[in-house]
Amino acid sequence: MTSDNRIIFENVSKFYGEVLGVNRVNLSLPAGITSLVGPNGSGKTTLMNLMTGLVRPTQGRVSVLGLSPDNPEEMFRHVGYCTQFDSFPNGVTGYEFIYQSLKLRAITNAAAHQLTQEAIERVNMSDAAHRRVAGYSKGMRQRIRLAQSIAHHPTVLVLDEPLNGLDPMARSESIALFQALGKEGMHVVISSHVLHEVDKISDQVVLMSYGYVVAEGQIHSVRTEMKEHPMQILVRCARPNLLASRLFSQDHVVEAKLNEDGRGLLVRTRDADNFYLLLNRIVLEEDLSLEAVAPADDDVNSLYQYLIGSSGGAV
Amino acid sequence: MSRLAALKTFLREAPWQLWTAQSVTILRTELGRNFRQRRSVWLYLLAAAPVLLIAGHSIESPLGIHCSLDQDTRIMASIFQFYYLRLGIFFGCMGLFTWLFRGEIVQKSLHYYFLAPVRREVLVVGKFLAGLATAGIFFGFSVLLSFALMYGHFGAPGIAYVMHGPGLGQVFAYLGVTFLACLGYGAIFVALSLFIKNPIIPGMLVLIWETTHPVFPALLQKFSVMFYLRQLCPVPVPPEGTQALFTIIVEPVSAWIAIPGLLCLSVLALVVACLKIRKMEISYLTD
Repeated sequence: MTSDNRIIFENVSKFYGEVLGVNRVNLSLPAGITSLVGPNGSGKTTLMNLMTGLVRPTQGRVSVLGLSPDNPEEMFRHVGYCTQFDSFPNGVTGYEFIYQSLKLRAITNAAAHQLTQEAIERVNMSDAAHRRVAGYSKGMRQRIRLAQSIAHHPTVLVLDEPLNGLDPMARSESIALFQALGKEGMHVVISSHVLHEVDKISDQVVLMSYGYVVAEGQIHSVRTEMKEHPMQILVRCARPNLLASRLFSQDHVVEAKLNEDGRGLLVRTRDADNFYLLLNRIVLEEDLSLEAVAPADDDVNSLYQYLIGSSGGAV
Repeated sequence: MSRLAALKTFLREAPWQLWTAQSVTILRTELGRNFRQRRSVWLYLLAAAPVLLIAGHSIESPLGIHCSLDQDTRIMASIFQFYYLRLGIFFGCMGLFTWLFRGEIVQKSLHYYFLAPVRREVLVVGKFLAGLATAGIFFGFSVLLSFALMYGHFGAPGIAYVMHGPGLGQVFAYLGVTFLACLGYGAIFVALSLFIKNPIIPGMLVLIWETTHPVFPALLQKFSVMFYLRQLCPVPVPPEGTQALFTIIVEPVSAWIAIPGLLCLSVLALVVACLKIRKMEISYLTD
C-alpha cells in the first residue's frame, strides 16, 4: 500500500507551550476502521486535530492520503471531521448547517440540497432537520454533526467521540453506519471511550497514553505481541479435567482453571499458537468433544488494562 | 526572477472562479448573521443616533435655533467628521470586524470554516467583504438620512442646494468617505482581532492615534486612516481652540493620492491578516 492511500504520522510531536500533546508518533493507518483509545488527555483529539490541520505539529510530518493538512482546500475534498466541540453557528437549523457547509464547496444549489437530504436521512434526522440546532438534544446535535461530516462523501472520516450522548438505539445505528462506511473502503478513524463498542467495529486500534502511542495494529496482533501477559483462552469441552492434566505438562501453559459448571477450562498460555496445535492433538488423541474455543482477553478492553493499567470499562 | 515567474504562474492558474464562488457563499452567510444577530442592536443605535439628532434639529419649534444653509452645511460636516468618522464608524467597525473571527472563536464555531475546502485567505476576504457590506449599509443609510433631514427641512431652497448646488457632490463624497472609512478601519480591526484576544485595548490605542495624529510630524500622519479621510471630506472643518494650537498643518494630498493611500493601508492590513490566519490553530480552550 502506498502513502497515497494511508494516513501517515512521521515522528510527529505537538506541544502546547510546555504541555505535551503527543510525542514522537509514527503511524501508518490503512483503510478500514481505526480506533484511537486512551484516557482523557492521552492525545487522541490532538492526533485528530493534527490529521485535519486544526493544529500544526511542533515537529514531524502528517500526510492524509498523500495530502498535507497545510493545504485544506485540497484535503477537505476528501476528509470529513466530526469534532467533539458541541457548538454551532448561531441560529442555524440542522438543514442549513449542512447545506451551508456544502455550499462552501462551490457546488450547485440542487446538488447541495440533494447531498444535504441524503446525509440527514442517513443519520435519521429528517423529522428535525428544519428545526434550529439550539433546540436539539445532545444526541441530535451529535448526529447532525456526523451528517455534516459525511455529507460530501469523504474518503477519510475522522470522528472524535462520535457515540457520546447517543441513546442505545442511535448508538447501534451509528455503529452500523461506521461499519458500512468502513466496508465501502473508507478510512474511518474513531476515538471513543466505550471500549466494548470500539472493539466490535475496529479493524485496528491505536492505544495511547500520556501523549505516546503504546500499541497499534490489529487487536489480535497487538495481543499476541504482549508476551508478558499470557493469553487467556476459554475452552468449553466435555472433560475439562483431562484436558487440564494434559496441558499442565507443557511449559507455555501458565495456568488452567476449571469452570464452576464443570464444562469448561480457562487456560493462560505464553504461546497461543502452540496451544492451539496441542489442543488439536489432544482432541484427536482423547476423542474429546469440544463446544467452543475462544480467546478471553483478546479485546481492546484487556489490551487497555494490560498496557495502560486502569479499568477499561470507561476510559 | 524565478519568484516573479512563480507568482505569474500562480495568478494565471489560480482557481479564481472557485474562490469567487466561495467568497460569495461566505459573504451571504455572514451578511445574514450580521443583520440578524442580537449583537447588531448597538450598530443600529450607532447609525441611528445622528439621524435622530438631526431630525430633532430640523423640527421647527419656537424655542429652536434657526440656522442658515451655510450653518447647517458646517454642522453636517462637523457631525460627519466628529461623530461618524471618529465615533460611530470607528466603534461600529471595531465591534463588527473584530467579532468576525473572534466571535466564532468565542462561540467555538470557527473550525467549521477551517474544515471546509476553502483557502483561509478566501475566508478572510469573504468575511471582510461581509463586514464591509454590513457597515457600509448601516452607516451609508445613516449618512444619507442625516443629509436628507439636514437639507429637507429648508424646503425648496434645500432641494435646490442639493439638486442644483454643491449638495449632490457633497452627499456622494460623504458616502464615499463612509465606505472608505469602513474599509480602512475594517481591515485594521480584522487584522488586530487575529493577533490579540481582547481587541478593546488595541482599539483604544488606535482611537487615540486616530484622534491625536494631527499633532505628529507629517510622515507619521500618513499612517492614519483619518488623515486620508479628512482630505476627502467635501467640507473642511478647520481645527479650533487648543486643537489648532497643537495641530501640525500638513500639505493636503489630492484624492488621487488619498484614495490609493487608504486602499494600500487596507490591503496591507488584510495581507497581514491572511498571513496570520494561514498558520492559525484552533485551540478554543486557550482562547
